[in-house]
Order: sequence, then C-alpha cells, then structure tokens
Amino acid sequence: MIKFVLMVNRQGQTRLSRYYEPVELSRRAALESELVRVCLSRSKDQVCLPDFRLVYRQYAALFIVVGISDSENELSVYELVHNFVEVLDKYFSRVVSDTIMFNLDKVHIILDEMIQNGHVVETNKSRILAPLTALDKMADG
Amino acid sequence: MSPSVRLQEMIRVIRSARTQGEERGVIQRECAAIRAQFRQADNGGRSHNLAKLLYVHMLGYPAHFGQMECVRLIASPRYSEKRVGYLGAMMLLDEKQDASLLITNSIKNDLSHSSQYVQSLALCTLACMGSAEMCRDLAPEIDRLLRASNSYIKKKAALCAVHIVRKVPELGELFTPAARSLLSEKNHGQCVTRDTHTYMPDLVQIMKGLVTTGYSPEHNVAGISDPFLQVRILRLLRILGRNNDAASDAMNDLLAQVATNTDSSKTAGSAVLYETVLTVMDIKSESGLRVLAVNILGRFLLNNDRNIRYISMTSLQKIVVTDHNAVQRHRGTIVDCLKDPDASVKRRALELSLALVSAVNIRSMMKELLLFLSSCPPELKAQAACGIFNAAERYAPSQRWHIDTILHVLTTAGGDVRDETVPNLIQLITTASDLHCYTVHKLYRALITDISQQSLVQVACWCIGEYGDLLLRGECDEIEPVQVSEDDVLDALETVLQSHMSSPATRGFALTATMKLSTRITDNVDRIRSIVSIYGSCIDVELQQRAVEYNALFKKYDHMRAAVLERMPVIDKSSPDHSNGESGGGALKEVEPPKLKQGEAVTAQEPANQVHDGDNSQDGHNTLMYSCDNLGSPTLTVYEKNGVTLKLHCHKQSETGLTVTLTASNSSDWDMSSFTLQAAVPKSVQLHMKAPSGDFLPARGTATLTQTVLLNNPNKVGLQWALWIRMSYTSQGSAFQDTMQIDSFPGPACH
Repeated sequence: MIKFVLMVNRQGQTRLSRYYEPVELSRRAALESELVRVCLSRSKDQVCLPDFRLVYRQYAALFIVVGISDSENELSVYELVHNFVEVLDKYFSRVVSDTIMFNLDKVHIILDEMIQNGHVVETNKSRILAPLTALDKMADG
Repeated sequence: MSPSVRLQEMIRVIRSARTQGEERGVIQRECAAIRAQFRQADNGGRSHNLAKLLYVHMLGYPAHFGQMECVRLIASPRYSEKRVGYLGAMMLLDEKQDASLLITNSIKNDLSHSSQYVQSLALCTLACMGSAEMCRDLAPEIDRLLRASNSYIKKKAALCAVHIVRKVPELGELFTPAARSLLSEKNHGQCVTRDTHTYMPDLVQIMKGLVTTGYSPEHNVAGISDPFLQVRILRLLRILGRNNDAASDAMNDLLAQVATNTDSSKTAGSAVLYETVLTVMDIKSESGLRVLAVNILGRFLLNNDRNIRYISMTSLQKIVVTDHNAVQRHRGTIVDCLKDPDASVKRRALELSLALVSAVNIRSMMKELLLFLSSCPPELKAQAACGIFNAAERYAPSQRWHIDTILHVLTTAGGDVRDETVPNLIQLITTASDLHCYTVHKLYRALITDISQQSLVQVACWCIGEYGDLLLRGECDEIEPVQVSEDDVLDALETVLQSHMSSPATRGFALTATMKLSTRITDNVDRIRSIVSIYGSCIDVELQQRAVEYNALFKKYDHMRAAVLERMPVIDKSSPDHSNGESGGGALKEVEPPKLKQGEAVTAQEPANQVHDGDNSQDGHNTLMYSCDNLGSPTLTVYEKNGVTLKLHCHKQSETGLTVTLTASNSSDWDMSSFTLQAAVPKSVQLHMKAPSGDFLPARGTATLTQTVLLNNPNKVGLQWALWIRMSYTSQGSAFQDTMQIDSFPGPACH
C-alpha cells in the first residue's frame, strides 16, 4: 500500500504532501526534510529506509517521492508516478513547479482520483480528468 | 476572480519571505485574516480561504481552526465549496477529532445525492478518514451504492467498502456478495479491488484477454495494455495460489505466457515481468517456470537501468535461500555490481555475494570481496568484514589462506570488526601450529608499519609474546626472513604501550607479551623488568595490577616464572566449562586464571573468553578424586553395564550445597584395576571432590569403592544439578571407558 506522496523541490520545500496513513504533524516536517536529503544525495531512483521503501522520480527541479510498504511492486509505483505527471501535463498543458503550487487544490483532486486510501484506483487519463472538467464547467456556468 | 488572485498572491508573498521568521510572520497575518473572514459568514471567498489554509497546513503550520469551516463548506449546496470542504476534511480531520462526527450527516445526505460526483466526494472522504462509528452508520448506504449501475460510483464504493472492512471487520460479510458480482464485470478499473477465492478462473480469463488483445489506446502505457491492472491481477493470483496447489496449476500456463510475451524494454513491461517473477516464486509452480523466472531476473541484472538491477537483486536475495544453484549462474554479474557507484546497489550486491559464497568459489569470491572492502563506503565496512569472516570460517581451503585473509581484513578495516574477532583469530593461530613462524613474522611486520588498528595490534602483541623465540630465530620457510633483534621487538612493544592511540585492552596485551618474552629471550631481561616496574605505578588500574603481579613474579617467584609463562596449549573451541581441580600448567578457565598454590593470579589471556560457550558436552577431562561413603538409602543406580554398577546417594547439606556419594561395585568375574571416576558439572555449579577409597575393584562384588562429591550452586536461581561421570578401568588387560549423565538426584532432600 502506498503510504504517502510528496512533491518536493530541490531546496527541500514541500510543494504537495498527501499521507495515506496517519502521521502526526510534527513528524511530517522532519520526515520530509530527511527524505529530501536522502534523495538529493544519490543518483538512483529507489531507496530503502527503515520504515518503508521510497520510490522517487526527478522531473527537472521537482522530486516526486512515494513511500510504499513492502508488498508493493516498486516498478509499478515508478510507472504510477510517471502516469500522474502525464495526467497533470494533460490538464495544465504545461506543468512547472509553480503551476502545482498555485493550483494545489486541483492537483489534490487529481491525486485523489488516482490513489485512494493507499491503493491505485484509476490510471486512465480521461477518466481521471472527467470530474475536474465537470467542476470547471460548473464553475464557469 | 479576486479571491483566487489573493491565494496566488499569498503564495507569492510566502515564497518571497527570506527568513523563517519572516515567513512565520506572513503566515500568521494571513491566518488572522482567514479567521476573521470565517467568523463573518462571508460566502464567496470561503472556499478560497480554505484553500489558502490548506496550503498553510501543508507547510506545517497549525490549521485546526479551519475544521469548523470545513464542516460548513461540506454542508453547502455548491459543488465547488463542497469539493474544497471535503478536501479540507480529508487533510485536516482524522477520526480522532470531534468535528469529524459532525460531517457524518452531511456525508449521509451526499451519498444519496443525484450527482455522481458529489457521491464520489462523499465516498472518497469516508474511505479516507471514516471512523468505526461512521462506517457502521453508513455501511448500508455503501452497500446500496455497490449495486448501483454506475461504474464510476461502484469503483469508489468498492474502495470505501475496503476501508470499512478494515475498520470494522464484522461488516465484511455484508459486502461479499456485492464483491462477487463486481468481479464478473469487465470494467478494468473495478478489478483493482479485493479478492475472493473462488473467482480465480475469471481472473485468469480477464488476464488472458488483456495479454492477447491488441492495442487499446485508453489504457495504454508505453505500449503495454494497462500494466497496472496486469500487476494487480498477478498479485491477486499470487495471494490465491500461495498454498493452493490446484490454483497454482491453473495459473502456470498463464504465467508462462505473460513472461514470454511481455516486452521488457520499457519500465512498464519490466514491472509486469517483475510481478510475474514474484508470483512464480510464491506459488507452488513447476520447476521449469521457476527457472524461467530466475532467468528473467538474470536478464534484469544485465539491464542498464539501475532500478531494475536493484530490484532484481532484492528478489534474488529471497530466492537464493531456496534455489541456490540457479542464482550461482549470475554470480559474475552480481560481483560486478559491487563496483556500482550507487550505495544501495552496492549494499544489495554485497548481501547477495555473501550469500553466494560456497566452497567451490571461495578463493575468487574472496578476492573480489577483499577488493570491495578496501574501497567500500564506511557504512558497509562492518557488514562486509563480518560477512567475510563468516565465509572464511566456513569455507577456508587452508589454514594459511584463512590467516592471510583475516590479516588482510584487519589491516584494511580493523576498526570496524567485532570484538570477538581477536579471540577467534588467536584460537585459529594456535591451532595452526606449523604456521606459527610465518604468522608471527607477518604480524610483526604489520605491527611495525601501523599501530592504529586495535584488533590487529592486539593479535600481533599476543603472537609476539607467545612465539617471540620463533621471531628472533629469524629463519622461516614461507616468508623471506628479516633479522629481528630483541631490542627491536621490545621497542615495538614499548611503542604500543606508550602510544596514545592504544586502547587500555591493547596495552594490557602488550604488557603481558613483554612479560612473556622474559622467558623467551636471553639478553634483555633487565629491560623487561624495568618496563614492568614502571607500569607498577600506572594510572590505569588494570595495567597497574598486572605490572605489580609481574613484578612479584620476578622478585619472589622467579623459580616459577618459566612454568607460568610457558607456551599456551591449543585452545579447543568447543571445550565446555569445567571447574578446575588441579592446575595442569595452562589449563584454561573462563576468565579467571589458573590459581597457583600461593593464590596468585597470573593472567591467562583474553582468548579464553570465548572458549567456554556453556555447552555441556560429555567430554570431561580433569581427573578428580572422590571419596564415597557407602550409605544405605536412598540410592539410585545410575549405571549398570559390563558388570560395573554405580550407585549414587545424595543428601543435602546446605541451602545451596549438595553432597553426593558414589559407590562402585564389580559383579563380573574379573578384577578391575585403575578404576577412576571423572566428573563434570554445569557452569553454574562448583565442584569439590574428595579422595576415593581406592582404585581396585575386586570381582564378584567382594568390595566396593566410594567417592564423595560436593556440589555447590551459589546462585540459587535455577538450581540445575547435573553431573556427568566418566569411568575408566582396566579389566583383563584392556582399558574400558564409559560416560553417563545424571540429571536427577534421588531423595527429597536433594531439591
């Protein structure tokens, strides 16, 4: 099961964080900074830490980090991350770090459509974006 | 539009804050503004305010005052506000908060809403943070939704059901019938849910369909039709087939087909193959399939992508225990991975290499491992050193090779080895008696080069102390001789003694070695005396004690010096702990030295530590003298064989002590002479023996022999009385020996 999803930039600032397992606030900041430190200091994309395993991918200045439990297939999660980025690309036309920051709620909605409660729900791009487009239509109209 | 600009503006302002303090200030001001706005029951900006609050929360600042706002927003009729409200609920609330109870009603209403999106929102939130009570309340609603016709809703409802089942297990039965019908649906997304056991053939069908159907653009990820679903189904098959033979058989074909047909050039394909391999390993598959799986992993190892190499090594680690030979084939590649620049890959390669070491490949593997040790990152050094030692111990082709390897490890990574390496190595050296000369030369050379590695220095000091005469003699077959004079040796030892790099234990070693040399060398005994007397006033108590004792040995007991300091006997690794009746020049006890009659303690070196592992085997060595009274009862006959009868009588003397009397009689037709009894006791017991009444057992029981044994167990906890007795005697010209174990003693007084 997926434990959390984080998007962090190179300076260690969290752009997006979503935890699927209760982690208290004080621990979160420490965890995130430690993760960034670990990810930045290595050139590979998979890592082992005491409690869980990390799969991360770097897109320019942004790291997308997913923490998974032992039972997940790491390569599958790797692909999931890429799928997520592609969906974001499709919706926002061009995704940069700022885009995510200024449209945080929409990004959350997309993430929720894809991963729920730690499990992958949907990977089909058009179906993920359906509720969002409906929302946008309702907002305009 | 202005409120959302304000959100962007706020973010910009926060980002432009240069210091932590400035950022905090900005956020506090914003939070105050948000709080004020919340209080105002303002309508338009509420969702945006909450969005801002969520951003702030993500940065790590407290945002609990937004909880009530979440509740209010959820109850609002507008979709956009509901959306943000639910998002806020998922992020800010968890089941421990009281506010979560307030949204139960809203969720209930929303679950019956006409719009599927609203329903999905509610389901989402419930799945994410529903508490047990909420789940119980809303379970019937979820059930109804599961049966709904809309696939989108069904999917979400299914996941919600999963969450509910996890929280409230008894509701699980409620959902099973619904789940069954789900599986027969063709919709891909829905298959990503829970399992039921009997629907495996359907799953196999679906999976086949996926693999063989062509290009499906909607689900395409890099040319492979819906890899996520494939992976999930494979995992499901694994769970189903784990202990189930029939299921495994049915899956075999499918797995073989997936394994051969999937294109592994892209990561997605590799993901599917990886999952296939895991499944094959877990279920009871046929051997051909297993070989296929290992080959796939081998192919992964050659892949350029580091990730794939990493996970293939992880899975090979699991396989190496069961299918050792199959993994051996890929040994070369794995050893190459030791040189990979990435630390995780190195670690995995190290673990795998250590697991693959066997008697056949030990030499080549060891070369690689030693090379690795000299260049490996510090966090892996300890693990590598430990692994190398274990491997060397198990598969060493020759003693010299073994000693060489250990020395090599000590020189490269001496600081990272464990403490018991030193006694282990010393024990090894003593057993390799023909290599003493070679060893001591090598160690001496290592010592004069570098005295910073404590383990190495300790072993070197010990060896020089023991075999100093071999060193000084200069000649050695296997290594080119170097003329070493006594002064050189003493200089080296003194350097160790005086160096600030030496730990106290090392110093102890050096001092004792110096002392031992006093019997092995001829000219510089005075120098040794002076060294020893200097340390008589050392600050370190241990050193001081030793020095004082050695001094005493020089002064008062000079006649005994040679005997005390003579060469150590071979240390037997598996000898049990015995209590010593008499000292036989060098008999080893635990940590206490053999006691001299004058009660002086001379250190019997540290290597004795690990010799006694508490195992009580049957080999008793020491000859002890017993005397035995022939008391009547209660007696237990502990041994009766070949005409010899041994009876045991015990009576308790004190709280912790026990007196045992052994009576031996001979009922055969021949006399027995030189009849002796030897005994051993467990570590926690002390033994004291009295003289036997004699050693001649005449035939036909005309007379008996008695011996008394006093046992004492000072720690009353766990009173284990156990006694091993070995008897030996000569009858009709041939010697006999036998051993027996007594672990229950007769008589109520004995407990």
